[in-house]
Amino acid sequence: MRSFNVGDLIYLLLAARWTVLLSLIAFAGGGIVGLIIALMRVSELRPARWFAIGFIRVFQGTPLLLQLFLVFFGGDMVGVPLGAWLSVILGLSLNAGAFLGEIWRGSIQAVPNGQIEAARALGLHYGQRMLRVVAPQALRTAIPPTVGFLVNLIKSTSLAAIIGFVELTRAGQQLNNATFRPFLIFGLVALVYFVMCWPLTIFASRLERRLALAYKR
Amino acid sequence: MNYVFHFGDMWNAREEFLSGALMTLRLSALAMVASLVIAVLGALARTSGPKPLRLLVAAYVEIIRNTPFLVQIFMIFFGLPTVGVRLDADEGALIALILNGSAYTIEIVRAGIENIGHGQVEGALALGLHRLQAFRLVVLPQALRIIVPPLGSQFILLMLNSSVCSAISADELTSAALDIQGRTFRAFEAFIVAAAIYFALSLLFSSVFATLERAAFGKRNAR
Repeated sequence: MRSFNVGDLIYLLLAARWTVLLSLIAFAGGGIVGLIIALMRVSELRPARWFAIGFIRVFQGTPLLLQLFLVFFGGDMVGVPLGAWLSVILGLSLNAGAFLGEIWRGSIQAVPNGQIEAARALGLHYGQRMLRVVAPQALRTAIPPTVGFLVNLIKSTSLAAIIGFVELTRAGQQLNNATFRPFLIFGLVALVYFVMCWPLTIFASRLERRLALAYKR
Repeated sequence: MNYVFHFGDMWNAREEFLSGALMTLRLSALAMVASLVIAVLGALARTSGPKPLRLLVAAYVEIIRNTPFLVQIFMIFFGLPTVGVRLDADEGALIALILNGSAYTIEIVRAGIENIGHGQVEGALALGLHRLQAFRLVVLPQALRIIVPPLGSQFILLMLNSSVCSAISADELTSAALDIQGRTFRAFEAFIVAAAIYFALSLLFSSVFATLERAAFGKRNAR
């Protein structure tokens, strides 16, 4: 056992870079998956709708940790060993895709149907309808819950530690094994997460309030 | 893909899966009940307590909601023994789930309480109901309509979240799957079976809660 020193603190902060990077990549990946799922969910094709519903149900109805395990071992199984880094990115992106897909479906459906009918009557095709009519209106309602979800995603990246990827939580575990100061180390780890998440939480609820006011008017 | 699925070992381990699932349910149910009790007290303190207490509860909620559950588990399981509190993995997991769950439940209960305007109570009192009647007949039925539905979702979230307790080897379903895969080297099968059990449980509970809600509040409240 040794004592906790400044080097350890720097080690934690450097490991936090991986948490940030993992969150950003998973958010981008989840955004792509989520967009596809949301569009399928509101599609006129029944099989697409069913697929999206099933996808959302499965990812929201099973633990994220098991999803990460399944991607990790599933890759090995089909002969493409993904490793901890890629497995976590893929697993988190799929999971985030389900949640974002459900959030964005709600925003798309909140756009009054008359808008879409009018766009159709004006002769706009699907891409133009979605991009120029639906998206600008859906974006307003989509942003607050999306920011709120980002907080969840940052917290979820801590599960990468269980797979063995060295990010903030895993670095904390390593330091705790060496120094055995659990309250100090996990307190610091928690503090770093808090500093990342809390501003986003406040931002999300401020946006939400502003949106609620706009609707009241 | 030339992988051959092999579920025979999983069938042989069915009793382990079953007892793991039961432990998960027990852990989740205990944590839910305890966090509900804390939530009612916490929400009352948060809405109508003295200012320092209100701030304390608010800080608690924000700290828990903005840090990962895994870090909270580690803090409790590795931290408490250093200050002389002895606890095994199951106790650590239960405490962590209660502390984590309460923060979310406090917010749910608070939303229910705050949603009922002062005018409602004043109106009830003006109609000649005494305080207890006003609470029982006016406030409670309306508050429950707002509080109960998200509590159902919260229970399911808590149950799925409890799988993280396998990180400290608490006795529950994900730990059971980890044990089984360690013994049989059939990782994919073990995790698929565990995931299927969680999925079945969440479908089951969401339909049970939906039915209970309809029975208690009528169709109007149905999501």
